[in-house]
Amino acid sequence: MKEELTTDQQIRRKTIKAFIGFGIATLIPVSIWKWITKSPYLNNALAPLRKNFEFNEKLTAKLLSNSRLAPTFPLSDVPKKIRSNGTEGLISPLEKDYKIKIESGEMKFEITLDELKILPKHEIIYEFKCVEGWSQIQHWGGVKFVDFMNHYKVGQKDAENLFEYVGMETPDGKYYVGIDTPSAVHPQTILAYEMNGEPLTNLKHGSPLRLIIPVKYGIKNLKRIGVIKFSDSRPKDYWALFGYDYFAGL
Amino acid sequence: MKKIVHKHPLAIRWFHWLNFPLLFVMIWSGLLIYWANGIYKIQVGDTLLFKFFPKSFYTFFGLSAQLAKGMAWHFATMWLFTFNGILYFLYTAISGEWRLIIPEKKSFKEAWQVVLHDLGISKICPPQDKYNAAQRVVYTLVIIMGFGSILTGWAIFRPIQLSWLTTILGGYEAARLEHFVLTIAFVLFFVVHILQVIKAGWKNFQSMITGFEVKEKL
Repeated sequence: MKEELTTDQQIRRKTIKAFIGFGIATLIPVSIWKWITKSPYLNNALAPLRKNFEFNEKLTAKLLSNSRLAPTFPLSDVPKKIRSNGTEGLISPLEKDYKIKIESGEMKFEITLDELKILPKHEIIYEFKCVEGWSQIQHWGGVKFVDFMNHYKVGQKDAENLFEYVGMETPDGKYYVGIDTPSAVHPQTILAYEMNGEPLTNLKHGSPLRLIIPVKYGIKNLKRIGVIKFSDSRPKDYWALFGYDYFAGL
Repeated sequence: MKKIVHKHPLAIRWFHWLNFPLLFVMIWSGLLIYWANGIYKIQVGDTLLFKFFPKSFYTFFGLSAQLAKGMAWHFATMWLFTFNGILYFLYTAISGEWRLIIPEKKSFKEAWQVVLHDLGISKICPPQDKYNAAQRVVYTLVIIMGFGSILTGWAIFRPIQLSWLTTILGGYEAARLEHFVLTIAFVLFFVVHILQVIKAGWKNFQSMITGFEVKEKL
């Protein structure tokens, strides 16, 4: 027959049990931490965290819609000095004979800026957002990316489907971005050749033609577009190789 | 004679202690992100009172130049933090534990008396249930802050897809500041919380692990 425990014994047993339980429980966060930090790196992001980036991307794409618009602002909200960041891909001198190379399936051709300017011009005043955490209201003008696609009949894989990604590169190939097609065909995505209502001449801001894609962080807004190509595989992306989220969507 | 008095249900202890590593990782990774645009400061007129943060702060804690790493950790751990918060909220609501936490009418008045008492200014100590009036007010506030952090976080994480949320919170830059202020408030809460736990003594601390306290039976 079991002897009944005294209150003191009960207290002792329960306390010891609880502390052992607590000790074991602390192993849970410790093991998760170890598992993550000991994982291999995928493009400079720890594998589980890279997978999570991709999970967040899928969830955003599924639950949220790319047809949602970035809020726009009145002209009076635009500051005089427009901030710029990063000169990757802009160091080499701009070629006099600047053209944009287009690749879409079997199609390969070049267009000039003047040819592009025939398409309707759209302007947008929105809050540009840098991955660093700063933001600024900016005013850009150019051709809607979707208008460009329709005009040149590019990006079409077949009669019904578009290629899944758009890749862009600077003429020297030193800066490059990959963009999911839903974001690329978003109505606010433009190939910009005007800033503050004037021709984009400042090289630091991406003259002569740059991408303005409000649904993405600044890192995707490639300056000085040299190549636009459509594909079903993910185009390489400069900052994603440094451990950043490939999607970088807002 | 001694008796065992149950104080903290097992679920509450889990939620409570899980927040410790989760909030730690959220704040650490948040600082890695904030470093890239650490612009906030407290200033009166032209006099700078405090900069968030001095360079030595980042150097000391090793927080410089790791934006990508910060984002990777922040946007993964946020799920666990949110999940834990929602489960805690549901448990508290369903179990009836909320009755012991949310402030009563008298709590706001009594909370001051508790503060004055704990600071050694006043000798009056209002009677209490599981938690005293100040704890009720502050713990409830911290729960609201937790959800505030999640909402302001999403407002800056997906400011276009969730632009309605960002707009309600006063815009992108306002939401970022709110997210930051909430974090500072969490840290201040944490400091006071630790001091109070030390003051309350080992028995009280132990009850957060064992779930019970030992009381003398009369």
